[in-house]
Amino acid sequence: MKPDKLLDVALNHSSADQTEVALYTGKSALTRFANSTIHQNMLFEGQSLRIRAVFGKKVASGSTNRLDESGVIELADRVVEMARLQDENKDFISLPKPMNPVQDAQGFCQSTADSSPEQRANQVRALVSEADKTGGSAAGSYTVQTGEHFIKNTLGVDSYYSGTYANLLTVITGPDGGFGYAACTSSDVGDIDGRQIGAQAAVLARDSANPIGIEPGEYECILMPYAVSDMINMLVWMGFGAKEYQEGRSWVCGKLGQKVVSESISLWDDGLDPRTIISPFDSEGIARQRVDLIKNGAANAVLYDSYTAHLEGKQSTGHAPRGRGHNLIMAPGEASIDDMVASTKRGVLVTRLHYTNIAHQMSASFTGMTRDGTFLIEDGRIIRPVKNMRFTQSITQALSDTQMVGSELKLEDGVLAPALKLGKFSFSSATQF
Amino acid sequence: MDNCVDAKQFCERVLDTAKRLGASYADVRIVKRDSESISLRTGKVEGLDRSSGYGFGVRVIVDDAWGFACSPDVTMGKGEQIAEDAVRTARASATLKRKSVQLADVEPVTGSFNTTWQTDPFDVALDEKIGALKELDSALRCDEKIKLTDCNMRFWKFEQVFASSEGAYIEQKKIESGAEASATAIEGAEVQRRSIPTGDYATAGYEFVESLQLIDQAEQAAHEAIAMLNAPVCPSGEHTLILDGHMLALQVHESCGHPIELDRVFGMESSFAGTSFLTIDKLGTFQYGSDIVNITADATLPGGLGSFAYDDEGVPSRRTDIVKNGVFSGYLTSRETAGEMGWSSGGAMRADGWNRIPLIRMTNINLLPGDWTFDELIADTDHGIYASSVASWSIDDKRLNFQFGTEIAWEIVDGSIGRVLRNPIYSGMTPEFWGNCDAICDEDEWKIWGTPNCGKGEPGQTAHVGHGVAPTRFRKVRTEGAK
Repeated sequence: MKPDKLLDVALNHSSADQTEVALYTGKSALTRFANSTIHQNMLFEGQSLRIRAVFGKKVASGSTNRLDESGVIELADRVVEMARLQDENKDFISLPKPMNPVQDAQGFCQSTADSSPEQRANQVRALVSEADKTGGSAAGSYTVQTGEHFIKNTLGVDSYYSGTYANLLTVITGPDGGFGYAACTSSDVGDIDGRQIGAQAAVLARDSANPIGIEPGEYECILMPYAVSDMINMLVWMGFGAKEYQEGRSWVCGKLGQKVVSESISLWDDGLDPRTIISPFDSEGIARQRVDLIKNGAANAVLYDSYTAHLEGKQSTGHAPRGRGHNLIMAPGEASIDDMVASTKRGVLVTRLHYTNIAHQMSASFTGMTRDGTFLIEDGRIIRPVKNMRFTQSITQALSDTQMVGSELKLEDGVLAPALKLGKFSFSSATQF
Repeated sequence: MDNCVDAKQFCERVLDTAKRLGASYADVRIVKRDSESISLRTGKVEGLDRSSGYGFGVRVIVDDAWGFACSPDVTMGKGEQIAEDAVRTARASATLKRKSVQLADVEPVTGSFNTTWQTDPFDVALDEKIGALKELDSALRCDEKIKLTDCNMRFWKFEQVFASSEGAYIEQKKIESGAEASATAIEGAEVQRRSIPTGDYATAGYEFVESLQLIDQAEQAAHEAIAMLNAPVCPSGEHTLILDGHMLALQVHESCGHPIELDRVFGMESSFAGTSFLTIDKLGTFQYGSDIVNITADATLPGGLGSFAYDDEGVPSRRTDIVKNGVFSGYLTSRETAGEMGWSSGGAMRADGWNRIPLIRMTNINLLPGDWTFDELIADTDHGIYASSVASWSIDDKRLNFQFGTEIAWEIVDGSIGRVLRNPIYSGMTPEFWGNCDAICDEDEWKIWGTPNCGKGEPGQTAHVGHGVAPTRFRKVRTEGAK
């Protein structure tokens, strides 16, 4: 059954007051490698249909991947029945109505959709050849995805988008035990250069060999873009969803309009920015608005889905479910990494973070480890690699002492981030490697 | 499986196609999974969802390299195409191969196996389940300082066929159930959440949810959340620490369960989740913990969330010693990793559905009971901290340096539990921490905790695993209070 017909079958069959249907179909591939060998190589075909049914203030949902007519009808009947039996949620107002039109977005690349197992293997071989040159061993993954998203509801929402995604990342382990990470993300596989990614990671692995331990404590700190993206995801997760904000669990509570970090920091979410993986609408089919979360250091706004927006008589910003940012962008500055290093008296350069988690949500404090290239800086020069360290640090406190913002942005984990030079970053303990 | 073509014929067609195209080994899994979740938040049913997924995945070895492909379309024609795709992918893998895949031998099994349950949770009326959660919610909101509550039930039903080119054909059916609830007290900028400490998941039916009797402890949990609003922050320093079962389950999970995965040890997850400090040279000699520390991996335990009859390579479930009298003595293994060592597989390969490859996953990783009653343990502790329920977790990529937060802690003074402490955090290095373990409670305190959210692999896979533990004491642990 064609997608349009399938959506109409579901909408027409549902006897609910309001019905929403969301269809995803797609293909993806993932080539994983370790010890410079492809050890997992996968092709996926996927499809799923989700239906949300509403009777007054009673809401239920369900999904299936059986997309023949009987599968669709069975799901619609099941969800409608569940909604009937459901309790009322007095805070629920309505499914969203169409708002700003979803803009045409160019996030589909045919060469990505046509990518073959052989092409992916070629890129990985090129990457591994760079590790071989330094005597290192490469691990990583090459992901390629193509997907179509259709969302319709009985109030007139009718959104469609087709997009592609490609990501190649590696950790290279050097012959002397150093580690180096590099990655590239784009909607176009033509932007992915395995040889270049391998070369970057191999250099880092070489340079981070034979690390020494240093005393944990407070250091000046240069966070490379990979590390900044992890930190920004944590900052947004702990504070910028409307749900957490409304419930009083967000570090942003009581701080909208106030300066929360350095004036050199601006952060926004924009699903249409072509430098990110475009995501023109959310899981309710509502166009993603650009939302300025931090403007020149001041907390400015939070992210809404229709449920949380209706609670405040507002409109959704297009961030269902639960007010999550997917296309976060931090404003660049003017500094180079060399500028940052040169300005550092005694500090630590961190390439990447590992296993970050909330330490204390109301103070935006997080913990985690450094990984894949951590270096000591003294008197404006990188002196030598150091063993990885645990940090426990309030992100807002760290960003309040931002001394430099990098001029180049890097896309990693949904965040387009610069490097940052921070006046203080608190490391609490070290590990053995 | 009701909506399947003849499963046996389908599997034969897929496997024959793969072999004809050059596969030296192939297996196929057809999986149907149903899930239901009900979420009440502060009196409102915010989530009511029932989902189902169905499809098949084909794994092949061609030219000594792996390939995998999958589809939700379980038809003969698609089966042949997906087998062909898997073979093509494996041939691409073979172009970058530094060593050949060697599978450990396994006796091909034919059979059918179900876990046991009394009441299929999918047959229990929705209003009965919602009613039970509403009652729980009301009990949790016993004080106006409780601003938020969360009450959840989740159920899963799996039906699976596994067939291999070696002749295995195994049908399995499994039901899992669980419930959990928490109260959050908020006063100004102070937010404190407390779970009902018995919330849990198991391989069982709805009877397991009823047996939890969460409502009996709801008011106490709410009052503990309120008590934390004005409690002193957990002190910084080196302290004796007693962990309750829920927190200890995570400690075992992160600091023992993950580092014993042999694929991690071999570097197969090194770019994502990381590797392991428990390298092969340490097997049989490394002092992982004190001599009272005995840890097993045991998929045979009835009711454990990590229990099953056969893993996703057709290997029978088994019990393996992981730490014996403090000495590191075993791994979780697959046919491939065990084959590389010349061992037989430990049967730990599981996939998160039809569209994922099996990976080495924890089964039930258990710290075996000691001989202390809980009261004896507290009475024997002059000064220390008793910490309960998981709040936050982080550990390095070799599983050495960890930092965990618990929801609540109590001071122990002169052998008695005293005042409440808020925002407790403890940290350490894995071998030192387990080396300072000096008392483990007995079988009466021992239970298997279900962990339904263990993440691993790319694309991400979530495994349901178990951890049998009893409250346990550790000396010289660094603690502090989050702020």
